[in-house]
Amino acid sequence: MLLATPIRLIEKIGFESIYITRLTGSMIIFLVHCLGNIFILPIRFTAVLRQIYFIGARSLLVIIVTGMFTGMVLALLAYYNLKQYGNMELIGAATALGLIQELGPVLAALMVIGRAGSAMTAELGIMRNSEQIDALECMGIDPYRFLITPKFIATIFSLPLLTCVFDVVGICGGYLVAVINNDVPSGAFIQGMITNVDWADLRLGLVKPLTFSVIIVWICSYKGFYVHQNRSGVFGAEGVSLVTTNAVVMSSVSVLALDYVVGLIML
Amino acid sequence: MPDVSTQDKDIEHVIRVENLVTHFGDREILHNVNINVRKGEVMVIMGGSGSGKTTLLRHMLGLHQASSGSIYMLGQDITQLSKKQMYEMRRNMGVAFQGGALFSSMTVAENIQLPLYEHTSLDDMTIKIMTRMKLEVVNLAGFEDLMPSELSGGMIKRVALARSIIMDPRLLFFDEPSAGLDPVVSAELDELILRLRDAMGMTIVIVTHELDSAFRIADRITVLDQGQILITGSVEDVKNCDNERVQNLLNRKPKDEDIDPEAYLQRLTREG
Amino acid sequence: MSVKRITPNIELMVGLFVILGIVTASYLSVVLGETNLFKQPGYEVIARFSSSTGLKEGAALEIAGVKVGSVKTISLDREDYESIVVLNIEHDIQLTDDSIASIRTAGIIGDRFIKLTPGGSDIMLEHGDEISETESSIVIEELISKYIFESKSKD
Repeated sequence: MLLATPIRLIEKIGFESIYITRLTGSMIIFLVHCLGNIFILPIRFTAVLRQIYFIGARSLLVIIVTGMFTGMVLALLAYYNLKQYGNMELIGAATALGLIQELGPVLAALMVIGRAGSAMTAELGIMRNSEQIDALECMGIDPYRFLITPKFIATIFSLPLLTCVFDVVGICGGYLVAVINNDVPSGAFIQGMITNVDWADLRLGLVKPLTFSVIIVWICSYKGFYVHQNRSGVFGAEGVSLVTTNAVVMSSVSVLALDYVVGLIML
Repeated sequence: MPDVSTQDKDIEHVIRVENLVTHFGDREILHNVNINVRKGEVMVIMGGSGSGKTTLLRHMLGLHQASSGSIYMLGQDITQLSKKQMYEMRRNMGVAFQGGALFSSMTVAENIQLPLYEHTSLDDMTIKIMTRMKLEVVNLAGFEDLMPSELSGGMIKRVALARSIIMDPRLLFFDEPSAGLDPVVSAELDELILRLRDAMGMTIVIVTHELDSAFRIADRITVLDQGQILITGSVEDVKNCDNERVQNLLNRKPKDEDIDPEAYLQRLTREG
Repeated sequence: MSVKRITPNIELMVGLFVILGIVTASYLSVVLGETNLFKQPGYEVIARFSSSTGLKEGAALEIAGVKVGSVKTISLDREDYESIVVLNIEHDIQLTDDSIASIRTAGIIGDRFIKLTPGGSDIMLEHGDEISETESSIVIEELISKYIFESKSKD
């Protein structure tokens, strides 16, 4: 009887390890399958276009608004902190570097998770629950190629572009706050930005959204596609809501963790 | 599909399920199931909820992996087919799911056309005409441009049926055709199924728990209970069957379990 | 009751999105990344400093406050223990061989840059030549300690 608790604990650890190994394995198979499908012709152009519309074009507004405010607050903080040293030309550099290296990629990714990633999971989950995925299978149509590959292509294409929009809008916001509101010389802002931003910063700002996009579409579509295999065993509407929450949390955390890893490797 | 069409003429049983055993987790769902479906007949698989009839259907469709046993479709064992061969095989199979499984972002016509666009290189006009023909068959002409959300339950089932027959399959599977429909609409759907069998010579497998509907359309009935086949035979055979569980099902009598006090006590007090 | 469906022009919206994305991406890479697509490469000259403390590769090169190039590499001369700085100068800037290169600081904590002061000679520097007149970094810490030290010794 005394041994029961430690044995149960070991059992629990074993159970968890098996679960995690299985999950990782099945997720990696899923990823390889989907990435492989990207290069199989013909590409479903209409479906990809629809997804780019949904993931990219429809996210523009939220990206522009958040980008604007992020740039503004960055410039404001830079102004108040740099004022003490009289180094006004660094405001442009601080705003641009902050946006390009870090905030642009991360915030754009989080916005896309919230807007498109959650919708992706819910859509696939509902399709699974209402047997639409089985129906595709029974019509002899590969559901991966039909449903998921267009989402992969569209996300990998859209997120870097959205990040660029975010960066530039943010820089404009920073310019407004610094130059128009706080009388920093316009030339100092722009010149400071140009001299301090290097090609290496831009490369980092491009690699990040590319890796994030794969992570986002991977986790979000996996969770939705396999809604019926979720761990808690809930199904129906509750199952969809559960996996959607899971997907959003898991992809957000993964993006932030990956952000550090990419930074570590590339800087 | 190179040799199926030639084999097909010799095969009386277009669907043959042999010794099928399946598990869901650790639980055994189907115990040693054997079914033969003859060419051109309507086979109704009947049983109460949880009898395993939907599981059996999904195995026939190749959606689940069987633990053991074989399922022959048109002479080929689908448990042994590769993924690609399975996709080929599925062009001979039409499936109408219980809830319709229509794609909510597509119109009725787009839903029905999908297999044609995916598998054939017909021009748009031909596809359009074929779509209208199938809608005509299910009495839904003129509803092409509606979205699934604008349809009633019976209409959704009929659209699903139209989609499942668009490729003129030789085998048609229908999951619970009358579930959730009023008796009149349900009767209409039954008529439709019989017409499909007679006009197109399809072999049709229907899974249902509705007795009236089953007796109306079935050439043969298989009664499934707790993962076991109780009887396979004509409507008369089933009605005259003296198996108690079959009669209980037919008379809508709830199961009267033999109360075994020992087992009852054990169930209540078992650990975990 | 039928709800009227609004079908947005997907092609148009996606087109706008892609154009906006490409415009912003090219702004970032051309203006900020200084992608030298059309610029001609500059020429390189060498300058030796006894100390180049705080100077970094990529630091600016200025004449009269205008940027005319950048520091390409910084390395150590292993015999004289001097700092060898390779300067990359824009191709249309001509420098006399008596120009002075001095390491300066922008503001108090700002970046180090190299200030070039042209002289009056007729001979122009060419690729691979050396600037002989140089002024090393001024290290503020040394200046301060020197000031404190000297004022103490006067007492």
